[in-house]
Amino acid sequence: MKLNKVIMAVLILATLGFMSCKPNDADIKTKVEAALKADPMMASTTVDVKEGVVTIGGECKDDACKAHCEKTAAEVKGVKSVVNNCTVAPPPPPPAAPPASLTTVLDDATQQKVKDGLKDIKGVTVAFVEDKAVLTGDVTKADRMKIMQILASAKVKSDVSNLMDKK
Amino acid sequence: MALQDKYAELLQAANTMGVTNLAVAEKEGTLHVSGTAKSTADYDALWALYDKIDPNMASGDLMMNIDIKADVGAQLKVTTDKTNLNIRSTPSTEGAIVGKAAHDEIVTLVEKTDDSWWKIKTKDGEEGYAYAQYLSPQPN
Repeated sequence: MKLNKVIMAVLILATLGFMSCKPNDADIKTKVEAALKADPMMASTTVDVKEGVVTIGGECKDDACKAHCEKTAAEVKGVKSVVNNCTVAPPPPPPAAPPASLTTVLDDATQQKVKDGLKDIKGVTVAFVEDKAVLTGDVTKADRMKIMQILASAKVKSDVSNLMDKK
Repeated sequence: MALQDKYAELLQAANTMGVTNLAVAEKEGTLHVSGTAKSTADYDALWALYDKIDPNMASGDLMMNIDIKADVGAQLKVTTDKTNLNIRSTPSTEGAIVGKAAHDEIVTLVEKTDDSWWKIKTKDGEEGYAYAQYLSPQPN
């Protein structure tokens, strides 16, 4: 009989203890919100709690974020389950391909040769478009000739329509 | 043949000067002229003609890849504007600078590595690659 009493006492205590420790919905909501807001990635989520069931909503940037929200909420003490209503923002459009006019058939070594040569000529920039070196800047007559000679040595065609004579 | 007509004066001059290995080819709207001029003076004259025929060389229809005769051991003058010419460990500006040649200094040609980079040696014994554009072969 003594043993029975002990068991009863333990059961009662355990039940009371469980009851007293069981957080109410408002507490859970606060804790879940705090856990989610701690991460800026999940800051725009909303939290609703009903009888220990947490419903999270709002927008996540990706699926990983959404899953992480759910996991974070589920780890909060007192949460029975999580209903994940988060939406995932559509992915940003892929970066536009460079326009065809900016691609070049000139290999890196050739481009480097031209750049190496132009390094000492001030105020001139070069871009490589298709099979040409397109030069921009203000140059003296002597520099202009030097540029053409550099391009000829590297066997690169020139577009000097943006190259102006220094006044 | 239109471009050869346009640059006829230049091609004629190159012939008269005795530019060796002179090659002329018209390809896809560009006239390719290559060869080796006997001297820096000839080279400069050809470029001046180019500029005269096609003001500011703006058309981009001539690729004049003329170099100046320079054999191994030839004397080269450093023709930078004012600055020193870097001598590098490899034929690229990526190469470490292993020496410098002063403006107007005379250096010796070791090897014509390619059209853009030559291997040179200074009188102090510094050896490495320098940008050929700033090296002008001197008459013997």
